[in-house]
Amino acid sequence: MSIVNSEGPQTATPISSLPVTVMPRSVGYWQSVWQRLCKDKVSMICLISLILIICASFAAPLLTSYDPAIGSVIKRLKPVGTEGHILGTDELGRDMLTRLLYGGRTSLIMGFVPVFLALLIGGSLGTFAGFVGGRVNAIIMRTADVLFAFPSVLLAVAIAGALGAGVGNALVALTIVLVPPMIRITESATTQVRALDFVEAARASGAGNLTIIRVHVLGNILGPVLVYATSLLSVAIIMAAGLSFIGLGAKPPTAEWGLMLNTLRAAIYSQPLIAALPGVFIFIVSLSFNMLSDGLRSAMEVS
Amino acid sequence: MLGYILKRLLHAVPVALAVSVICFSLVQLAPGDPLAVVLPADASQETVDAVKAQYGLDRPLVVQYFIWLGNVVTGDFGKSIATGRPVLSEISNAIGYSLSLAFLASLMALIVGLSLGMLAGYTIGSPVDKVASAFAISGVSIPHYWLGIVLVVIFSVQLNALPAMGAGTNPDAGILERLRFMILPAVTLAAMPAGIVTRSVRALVAETLARDFVTALRAKGLTEVQIFGHVVKNSAPTALAVIGVQMGYLMAGSILVETVFSWPGTGLLLNSAILTRDIPLLQGTILVLALFFVAMNLIVDILQPLFDPRIKRI
Repeated sequence: MSIVNSEGPQTATPISSLPVTVMPRSVGYWQSVWQRLCKDKVSMICLISLILIICASFAAPLLTSYDPAIGSVIKRLKPVGTEGHILGTDELGRDMLTRLLYGGRTSLIMGFVPVFLALLIGGSLGTFAGFVGGRVNAIIMRTADVLFAFPSVLLAVAIAGALGAGVGNALVALTIVLVPPMIRITESATTQVRALDFVEAARASGAGNLTIIRVHVLGNILGPVLVYATSLLSVAIIMAAGLSFIGLGAKPPTAEWGLMLNTLRAAIYSQPLIAALPGVFIFIVSLSFNMLSDGLRSAMEVS
Repeated sequence: MLGYILKRLLHAVPVALAVSVICFSLVQLAPGDPLAVVLPADASQETVDAVKAQYGLDRPLVVQYFIWLGNVVTGDFGKSIATGRPVLSEISNAIGYSLSLAFLASLMALIVGLSLGMLAGYTIGSPVDKVASAFAISGVSIPHYWLGIVLVVIFSVQLNALPAMGAGTNPDAGILERLRFMILPAVTLAAMPAGIVTRSVRALVAETLARDFVTALRAKGLTEVQIFGHVVKNSAPTALAVIGVQMGYLMAGSILVETVFSWPGTGLLLNSAILTRDIPLLQGTILVLALFFVAMNLIVDILQPLFDPRIKRI
């Protein structure tokens, strides 16, 4: 009888005889979010359609040989399926597919840029306000509240209307409209994170303000801010095209989805399908961003 | 309660003032000389100065603001450049149209949103919930000006069932005839708030049903109908608050829908002010619409504790 056996199972068993369990490699937070998102069919369909539309818009010159601004009077308002013009032609005889692709560029840029700028401006102001607190917070937040007193569409129309038509002015108007909500969401997220114990611990162990903001605050508010920014993209696309629709964004002959909806309005009696086409794209893009935002939110909720 | 109302009213005053400052600054934003429309191109410097003094434009901006504010408070919004009529009378002619449209749209959104939200909240995860949620997210994501065009194509062009634009020209038209003109724009306007109400009611109902007191009510032997009463009591105030705020949005955001349907409300007025660069009209309309939005938020704030005693009257 050996000593080893008499001491029970918990003592020195030769390593080779231990049951081998292969532990799955632990994945990081964002990787696990991505994995969960990949399992969500709806989110994936949305993501793929967005990527397709974005790529097609920016590869427009490769996909079509027509010029978006040049039409032919004899080929006005040809129906969908016309030879040489798969999606027909518009009221000036320009190829619809070409205009929709080039229009995507303008519309997508007009939606993306304001959200990106709002993320940058509103995000920094909100994080700063939340992190510093006190009087600075009060000043920044009350200023944002004033802009909140305006309904977003009205504020955008008011600013763009005063500045005059043009893509640049529309971008300014949309950015001003989107900054306050971005300030509000980053401020409240930062205020919550700032009060948590690990921030206190980081400070106690000698981390400076910048390190705390970069590692702890930004690392923790990135999720909700990203979800919110994705849903803002949907709003921004609709508003940007809306501004062009009432003549405050892109100017003719630029191809832009909202402007195309406007100029094709006279065609609703003769070619209703063509008149409605640009809106289909606005709808698909905006719906996809909204659903993607929902999918991202549930992928981030760790149950 | 009276103290609470007073407090809320006092809170609204600085907001309203801030709104007026922004509206006033709109004119400063506008490019070009505001006098260019009044003055001939070859006007002498003396004439320019005289006209500037006449319009008060030679004073500092702050002084100009207070003069403008004083005029606005007494109901003088200036004159429309395009028509020469007082801005206030232009707005008061149009606002009734916008109000009735916003009211009808809110009513539709409330009915659709409450029923779909309840259905979805009761059946979370079921096909019914999926359909209702898909409807809700479509309502929120749809470009409503496009929805308007699609509705016109279907109901006016193809089916020839409803008028495509305007509010009718017959002043003696009965209520039914008037309603016919309102249906398409109201449905278009209702899509987004209906989606928002559906989503919030769904979340509220699901949350309420999961609460302990519902389990307790079930344990006490209440019927589902009685429990439904409790669910309604718990979610109705929020739904009303959501729709109240949305009504403010509808009034202000109707510029696109009113343009699509040529509905003679404040949105169309705003649109024509933009097209003709009629800055006084633009400024006045935006001020009225923004103040309406502030007022709607105020009313919701004041009414909510009446419906929902859980909200403290701070």
